[in-house]
Amino acid sequence: MRDVAIIGVGETEFGELWDRSFRDLGIEAGLKAIQDAKVTAEEIDAVYVGNMSAGKFIDQEHVSALVADYAGLADMHLPAVRVEGGGACGAVALLQARMAIASGRHDIVVVGGAEKMTDVGDVQAAEILAGTADQEWESVFGATFAGLFAMMARRHMHEYGTTREQLAAVAVKNHRHGALNPNAQFRREITLETVLQAPMVAEPLGLFDCAPLSDGAAAVVLCAMEKARRYTDTPIRIAGSGQASDFLALHDRRDLTTMDATIAARTRALKEAKVEPRDIQVAEVHDNFTITEILAIEDLGFVEKGKGGPATVEGLTALNGKISVNTSGGLKARGQPVGATGVAQAVEIVQQLRGEAGKRQVAGATRGLTHTLGGTGATAVVHVYQRGD
Amino acid sequence: MAIPRFWREIPSRYNLIGTKCGNCGAVDFPPREVCPACGRKSVGKMTRHRLSGRGTVVTYAVIHDAPSQFEMQKPYVVAIVEMEEGVRITSQLIDVDAADVRIGMSVQTAFRKLGQEGDAGVIHYGYKFRPVGPPAAGAP
Repeated sequence: MRDVAIIGVGETEFGELWDRSFRDLGIEAGLKAIQDAKVTAEEIDAVYVGNMSAGKFIDQEHVSALVADYAGLADMHLPAVRVEGGGACGAVALLQARMAIASGRHDIVVVGGAEKMTDVGDVQAAEILAGTADQEWESVFGATFAGLFAMMARRHMHEYGTTREQLAAVAVKNHRHGALNPNAQFRREITLETVLQAPMVAEPLGLFDCAPLSDGAAAVVLCAMEKARRYTDTPIRIAGSGQASDFLALHDRRDLTTMDATIAARTRALKEAKVEPRDIQVAEVHDNFTITEILAIEDLGFVEKGKGGPATVEGLTALNGKISVNTSGGLKARGQPVGATGVAQAVEIVQQLRGEAGKRQVAGATRGLTHTLGGTGATAVVHVYQRGD
Repeated sequence: MAIPRFWREIPSRYNLIGTKCGNCGAVDFPPREVCPACGRKSVGKMTRHRLSGRGTVVTYAVIHDAPSQFEMQKPYVVAIVEMEEGVRITSQLIDVDAADVRIGMSVQTAFRKLGQEGDAGVIHYGYKFRPVGPPAAGAP
């Protein structure tokens, strides 16, 4: 199997972008990544697109061909593949593309992720997101997507004494990071009081415990490591990847406060990369709700189980803390265009490892990690990234 | 939701029909063809098993932002309940103030309306939970 590196990255602004269509966003991100990589159209072997639900959000299926077409690649007749894995689709697309290059089948692949969520109302958008949970045995009975994560939060509070203030600290931190990211949907800091006094969505989670609905896209260009230096002096190698699944419905899981899929994916990715959690300096983790980041930093092995809340309050996961978590602002502040998430996380880590993250740069970062979830944790993907020099 | 999609799940939604593994004895709900614990050894040995309907609350949430069909009910409580048989299921918790709900509370299924197709369509029924008695000793 060949080593694979990221040689180019691009992303759009994230937000409620009324004047931008799905294709506008996908193409902007893709072209930025291709320009950053300095590859020509003729050198691209395939296109992978992470997208969760264009069919429901914009009535458009078959977005793989659409993206290749509007990227000006129609005449090349490239294989274009759409990948769906709930909220993890971008991360799964990245893994599939990595394997396509590692196998020797392709040399250069563009991986995009995009979602256009604001062409439907927010109640409908929330229902579409809930489609990644178990429709027949959760949603039909009134369990909303936020409600399912709220039940994890309630149980985490019960077992470990986690407080609403500790959950809120995740939102405050990620907004602080988002304020440093010019592409973030929310670029303003918020206070603990703002989070705690916000209207309830699904108790114990309030409005500011939830990531927003967003439009946006991100893209990376992958290249076989042996050819990467023709294009860049700072190839970022994907040193390890792991993907895992679990019971679809939350109630069937072994433990409501541990995501076994995260643990399995992390174990596989770190083993392949031959690193330990303490070797990672910067991580983008799935924080669609504040509780999700608490679970993620625990299950990824960054902090002890049950200690995610206190660790966040103490600043261990803040920019240039013990491990910098969600320097982009995370899903919470950068925004959550679902299909784009896994790819946008990779873009942030590449910028950090290149030393191009500006005001939110993690000092001396050489190794990063992304963690992406589908549904309430029935899919998890972890990638480990390392400077190639 | 198309009528057959709901209609075909009626045995489980009305009568709590799950399955029991002939290999390890574990009960699943809704029915499964393969026992998650036993895999291949359970194929062909999964028999229908009706749940008692009694269980305890493992966790819960109070839903304030609800899908359109639950708009009239909000705020409402959803819970994950561990049934006597060991399997866990999700539904609404009714006939109780949200402030009085506790982890470990004993509950019993009740047959209720779950929703309907638009203003004049078919009504869907199924199980919800309501409290019974004081919290069980040794609750999860």
